[in-house]
Parts: sequence; structure tokens; C-alpha cells
Amino acid sequence: MEVVFLTFILVLSIFLGFELISKVPATLHTPLMSGANAISGITLAGAFLSAGAVNNEIAVILGTAAVTFATINVVGGYLVTDRMLGMFKSKSGGSK
Amino acid sequence: MNIELAANFSYIVSAGFFIFGLKMLGSPATARKGNMLSSLGMLIAVVAGLTASGIVSYEYIIGGVILGTIIGALAARLIAMTSMPEMVALFNGSGGAASLLVGWATLYLAANSSATAALSSVGLATTGIGTFTASTAVLAIVIGGVTFTGSLIAYGKLSEIIGSAAVVFTGQRFVNSLILAGLLGSGVMFCQQPAVDSQWLYIVLGLSLVLGVMVVIPIGGADMPVVISLLNSYSGIAACAAGFAINNNILIVAGSLVGAAGIILTNIMCKAMNRSLANVLFSGFGAVKQGKAIEGEVNPISVEDAYYILEAANNVCFVPGYGMAVAQAQHVVKELGEILEANGCEVSYAIHPVAGRMPGHMNVLLAEADVPYEQLVEMDDINPRIENVDVAIVIGANDVVNPSAREDEDSPIWGMPIINVDQARTVFILKRSMASGFSGVDNPLFFGENSRMLFGDAKVSISGVIAEFT
Repeated sequence: MEVVFLTFILVLSIFLGFELISKVPATLHTPLMSGANAISGITLAGAFLSAGAVNNEIAVILGTAAVTFATINVVGGYLVTDRMLGMFKSKSGGSK
Repeated sequence: MNIELAANFSYIVSAGFFIFGLKMLGSPATARKGNMLSSLGMLIAVVAGLTASGIVSYEYIIGGVILGTIIGALAARLIAMTSMPEMVALFNGSGGAASLLVGWATLYLAANSSATAALSSVGLATTGIGTFTASTAVLAIVIGGVTFTGSLIAYGKLSEIIGSAAVVFTGQRFVNSLILAGLLGSGVMFCQQPAVDSQWLYIVLGLSLVLGVMVVIPIGGADMPVVISLLNSYSGIAACAAGFAINNNILIVAGSLVGAAGIILTNIMCKAMNRSLANVLFSGFGAVKQGKAIEGEVNPISVEDAYYILEAANNVCFVPGYGMAVAQAQHVVKELGEILEANGCEVSYAIHPVAGRMPGHMNVLLAEADVPYEQLVEMDDINPRIENVDVAIVIGANDVVNPSAREDEDSPIWGMPIINVDQARTVFILKRSMASGFSGVDNPLFFGENSRMLFGDAKVSISGVIAEFT
């Protein structure tokens, strides 16, 4: 049943994703992409499980590497998106 | 149990933040807030993830987070806006690598009997590696691996560390099919007898890394926007697969949101080039067929003459392309635009959907230079009134203004919607030399009656024109 439940979540999320993004102006394509990219670093939340296990050295090594990579993705992704959007905001004529 | 329940409820909250964040990213007025909301969602998810019951030691986690934060923050802070596509590719690649590693590490956790006691509470098999865990972990490894090496190759192409042209060789499809079949076969073999030291696991790891390289090398520079958004989608799907492997809802939700977003952007990019996704992925743009050779004379123009024409113009439209990014010319372009406006001229910036190397690349650069949002026009808005434009200034764009797309059925870019600058009264083309564009296609625009070539570095040429005005 667990599998069915997880798949259920998957399918609904995909539909939601399509609904959310289908009408975005071209100007925002880059920030949207790098913002979405940052979200894909969510793997971080799962990487803790291996990095924090004490009884298996290899899992800890792999997990720690995963934590590092995912953090780069998350921190870098959000900061760079914010930096870009900051430039969009500072427009003279006000952005609407 | 209570902590676990709380963690799962926090995941719902953070999923909500992701959803609203993405929604707000879709409108210029709310985009920045949306990004912050989504980062808040990430923070909640990460904190909730830390409470998972299998975690006993925190040193390595803290170490990894600190290291990742330093690298990520420095990269985000120091990167030039013109190098944004490379940066996004790299971040993407690290997301893929993380999913691969999580999938791999999960196998060790599941195999380790004392760890399984902790994991059994979240539904993992209690003895050895269950088939479900094994197959989803393999999926995370494969998709993560393809995303990782694919993004590295994309990074190499975008930053021109390796050649940006499409690499095509005979039998490429055959080789790729073999890799794919091998991947499928060894994946199935592994799942039948999952063990962490199974040779099949190493074959899967190796082949998925190779596949990432193989799928990106045949894609040429002009198709990069498609590849970048597709890889973005893959990194989401990889996170999703990792979520299945460790039974984590938030990974599935967030991963599939990103996956869907990437697919939509990919689709928009493909439409803007009038090509199917399959065509982009497999054709090796520009290497397969060559349109007719074009012969004729080009008309070069001096900076001084360009000034006289611009001085008299009432309507000027800039058409930027990747060359503007390379020459870092966005600031001088904006300066020239302001001078022209002060001179009583109507100024606009026409942006083709696939101009540059990533979706919306030109918009970002012009925003960096502080060009007012209202002056940016999309292809469909400018084309009906292009005949009223006195001077169209093409800065480092090539394929997106190539009339072959309209006129030459044999051209590789035939059918791609373009900005019809050749129908403007005069066209200035700022160009380093007569080399053809990224796709390697000749451009008859350069030989047009109303075309004037302004050779040299775009930034230097425009600075020269500005100097004439003052």
C-alpha cells in the first residue's frame, strides 16, 4: 500500500507542477529555472539519514558527500536566484 | 513516533511553501518574495529531515552543510551574470550527484541489519535490501548519474572549456542504445539479488555516468537552452526517485514539482525552435545537413557612419544574442539606448525566446544593466511592426535572426520562428568576423541590401558610437 500512496503523491505533484508553471513570462524563465533547481536540492533532507548513521562507514562517507553536494545546490541556487531577481526589482520605472 | 509525526506535518507545510513560492516566481512583482518563501520551505524541510530517527551522529552532517554552504554561497556571489548558464548547470549537476549518492548510500543502510531496525519504522525492508528499495535506489543512481555528468558536459560546453559544437560520430545511436540496454539489463540483474558489493551495481553506476556524457555531447551550442532545462527536470526526477528509495514524501513532492517545471520550460524552448524534443536530443544540430551556400557581398560600415544613421533614426530596436553576453556589452547597449531616447528616438529590445544559452538569458543581462522592463518586447510583438523600425541593431545574435528559417527549406533551422530584422529599414549587425553562428549555418541576412556590418568587438563598437554622440 505504501507504494500506491507514494505514487499517488507523485502523480498529484506532477499535475500541480504543470498547473503552476504553464504561464510564466519569458523574462522570468531564468529565475524560475534556477529557483526550481534550488528546490531539487531537497535531496538534502534525505541525505542526513546516511550521513548521520554511525554503524556503516561507507554510508556515512557517501551520505556526507551527498549532504555537501545538496547543500551547494540549495544554498547556491537560492542565492543566485535572489541575486537575479534583485536586479529585476531595481528597475527605474517600477516593475509590473 | 511523535517526532516523526511532527516531521511529516512539517513536510506538508514546506510543500505548501514550495508550491506558493513557485506560483509567485511566475510574476515579476512577486518573484523575489516567492523565492524567499520557497527557501523558507526548504529550511523547514531540512530541519524536519534532521529529526529522522536513524540519525545518531551529527558531526559529518554539520561538516557537509558548512562546506556546501561556503562553496554554494561563494559561487552564487562571485559569478558574473554573463556566466549564469554555466553556474545553473553546475548547481544542477551537484543536485544530481546528491541524488545518486543518496540512492547508493541507502543500499548500504538497508543492507546493514542494525540500521534496518531504525529504518523499518519508515517502511524499509527488515532483512537485507528489499526489491522496492533496490529498484528505486537504482533509479535514483541512474537519473542522478546522468544529470551529474550531463550537467558537467553542459558546463564545459557553455564555458567553452570543451568545444561547444555537436559531437556526432557514426554509430552513435547504436552505441547509446547499447549503453541504455546495458543499463537496463544490469539494473534488473542487480534488483534480483541486491547486495552492496554486487558487480551489477558498479556497472550501473559506471554506465549511468557514461550515458550522461553521451546524451549531451551530440547537442550543439544553440540547443543549450533546451538541454539546461531538461537537465533541470532530470535533477528533480532524480530527487523524486531518491524520495521513493528512502520513503520520504517531501522529496517526492518537491522533486516532481521541479521535474514538471523543467519539462514545461523544455517544451517552451522546443516550440520556440519549431523542433520536437526528440529532434533536439538526437539530431546533432548543424552537423546533419547543410543548407545552400550563400554568396554575395557584405556592406561594412564604420562607427562614424553608424552614428549618422542612428542620429537620424526615429525607431531603433536592439536584438541581443549570446554575443552580447560574451562581449559583456549589456551596459554600453543600455547607455546607447538612453542616448537614443534622449535624442527623441523610440527604443526597444526584442528578445527571442532562445536567444543566449539558457531560457530568459538576455532578460537577465538587460535587467542587470537596468533596462526598463517596458522596453523589452517579445518576438511575437515586434515582428508585426518590424517594418516601422528604422534601425535594427543585432548584437551577437545570429541564428535567431537568420532569414533562412523562413526561406530555405533545406536549411537545418528551417521553420524556426525568427525575429524578422531583415524587414526593418536598416539592419546593423555587430559581429567579430564573418564566421557563422553556433549552429554553423550561413546567414543570408549579412548579404542583404539593407544590412550593414559593423565588425569588431560589440562593446568597443557601441562605445565608439556613444563617443560620437557626446
